[in-house]
Amino acid sequence: MKAFLSLSRSLLVSNARDRTWLFFTVLFPLMFLLLFGVLFKGGSAAHSTVLQVGPVSVLDRMTPAQRAELGRSLTIKRDDNLSDALKQVRDGTDDGALQQTASGQLLLHFSAGDATRAATVQGLVDAVVQQANQDATGRPPAWTLTTAQVEDQSTKPIQYLTPGLLGWAIATSGTFSAALTLVAWRRKRILRRLRLAPVSLTAVVAAPTAVTLVVALVQTAVFLGVATLPYYGLRLTGDWWLAVPLVLSGSVCFMSIGLLAGSFAKTENAAQSVAQLIVLPMAFLSGSFFPLDFAPGWVQSVAQVMPLHHLSAAMQDVLSRGKGVDAALPTIGGLLALAVVLCAVSLRLFRWDDA
Amino acid sequence: MTTGDEDAAITADGLRKRYGAVQAVDGVSLTVRRGEFFGLLGPNGAGKTTTLEILEGLREPDEGAATLFGERPWPRNPRLLPRIGVQLQASAFFERLTAHEQLAAFASLYGVGARRAEEMLARVGLTEFAGTQAEKLSGGQAQRLSIACALVHEPELVFLDEPTTGLDPQARRNLWDLLREINADGRTVVLTTHYLDEAEILCDRVAVMDHGKVLRTGPPAALIRELDAPTRISVPSGALSAAEARAALGDDVEVVDDGVSLVLATREPAPVLALLGARGELHGLQVRGGTLEDVFLHLTGREFRE
Ligand SMILES: Nc1ncnc2c1ncn2[C@@H]1O[C@H](COP(=O)(O)OP(=O)(O)OP(=O)(O)O)[C@@H](O)[C@H]1O
Ligand SMILES: [Mg+2]
Repeated sequence: MKAFLSLSRSLLVSNARDRTWLFFTVLFPLMFLLLFGVLFKGGSAAHSTVLQVGPVSVLDRMTPAQRAELGRSLTIKRDDNLSDALKQVRDGTDDGALQQTASGQLLLHFSAGDATRAATVQGLVDAVVQQANQDATGRPPAWTLTTAQVEDQSTKPIQYLTPGLLGWAIATSGTFSAALTLVAWRRKRILRRLRLAPVSLTAVVAAPTAVTLVVALVQTAVFLGVATLPYYGLRLTGDWWLAVPLVLSGSVCFMSIGLLAGSFAKTENAAQSVAQLIVLPMAFLSGSFFPLDFAPGWVQSVAQVMPLHHLSAAMQDVLSRGKGVDAALPTIGGLLALAVVLCAVSLRLFRWDDA
Repeated sequence: MTTGDEDAAITADGLRKRYGAVQAVDGVSLTVRRGEFFGLLGPNGAGKTTTLEILEGLREPDEGAATLFGERPWPRNPRLLPRIGVQLQASAFFERLTAHEQLAAFASLYGVGARRAEEMLARVGLTEFAGTQAEKLSGGQAQRLSIACALVHEPELVFLDEPTTGLDPQARRNLWDLLREINADGRTVVLTTHYLDEAEILCDRVAVMDHGKVLRTGPPAALIRELDAPTRISVPSGALSAAEARAALGDDVEVVDDGVSLVLATREPAPVLALLGARGELHGLQVRGGTLEDVFLHLTGREFRE
């Protein structure tokens, strides 16, 4: 136990001082999430900002409660310099500029640069004006329209991206750390030296495993933390904690793949290339980055034998589809079973040193 | 598996190891007693490292058997591991860990506290470099750290493969002191070295190896006496000419003058010293008897090894 802790600590310190490792295991996948999250959000910003230029009575007369209600879909900012406000609208920084003319007319300036945004802001401001008219007449409206956005019920990009990219991140760090640790320890003669110390092979294997599992949990926490920020808007459903056992079993499975790669590779570079050759194609074929709904049939069939596909799918089930233990258990079982088989093979191939 | 020899720290019986076409170890048998300081000498490629690796349990011999404290080191024997300390010829450190962290890691692998790691670091003179990453230590500093890692758990039996290679003279002498202390505690030390003065000073017994075989084993002094090498007496050139010396001393004395020193090699030093004394030429006199180096060169030849 002491040996295990000491090895784990050494490995963690050694990894944390390795900038490349930090970048590729922690920052790189996160950058993908941040980037893809922004890209897929695209022009469909549901939230608009309007600059109020000078006094505008419909806005100024609003009660705080009305303002708060409006604030969910429309942010009102004040900018009394008209030409400045128009420039901002032209740039696309803000969606519209609203002014009240001397005759009491309301004038909304907007840019036709983005049709969706133009329509949204016109609709929102129109609704504000309608509401003000109604309040002025004091009569309840004859017809009211409630809208419901369809995307809320089905999958938003972030709900798909988070499990997919998280699965890819877990696969990358698991495969790489196992393959690289094994090869580096063998090449730097650390395994040879450990063989002479009273350390069990179990501790020698368990230490890198534990370190990778801790890293996987940190990755998960960071991913979910970022994805649930209001900006990205992932909503975690019921049994999302099942992602934790899924991540752990996925990490163990991919470490066993890395262990096997490291058993064959002679140098760190070879190990790195082999790991990349395994993980990157698998990520594409498993639909980690893009949904496979429109992929050719054979890709969808190949995906069925990819552990990463099952990991991502099960994580999507528990993270954003509201499914529970039933969805996660078969995948956890499958990942662990594969890990057992691959570990058994790696153990047979295990060498303490090169010579 | 125990052998009858209760007193032996190490026994080796007919060890052989072949790498492809190279017969690296070719029938090595030796016994090292508990508490002995034993040296393994031999030219490059003689098979010293391979022999040590078989004894340590890192390699399986093709033939023959080794025991440490009566137990077989191969296959990996967990009962022996805490009792032996090994410094490998090529050092092995965790990447990016500082000297202190390395040593503390090894200490705790052996269940030894971090205090001992600090003591050991001081003992090999690396306190100043405690916070330096192992990759950034100089060759000699890394060597000292590697030795500290081998000794941190106070093993009963220590294997050191060329421990003083790359050390400066001060560090070398400090290490000698350290090894003598360890040995004085009753621990057994086995080392290989190319410095024959070192072997002569430190070792109770040495084995001279070449081509995978042990050529001779014994206490350095006994081997030197056995060789019966001539005593070499030298004085600065000019005190006495080579011709004068030959005329006065006869054919039993070999006389060479290289322009710096006049060297007189003889098995009968008394008449030479008497002559020099009578002429008042004892200033700058050096007398050198046979050394382990003479034994080594006599046994292994003077040619370069391919
Ligand atoms: N792993 C190996 N694979 C193949 N040949 C090897 C291996 N290790 C050693 N040899 C060969 O075995 C022979 C003995 O090597 P060994 O390392 O035991 O010599 P040594 O006496 O320690 O030499 P040195 O003084 O240079 O350290 C050499 O000819 C060497 O080339
Ligand atoms: Mg050697």
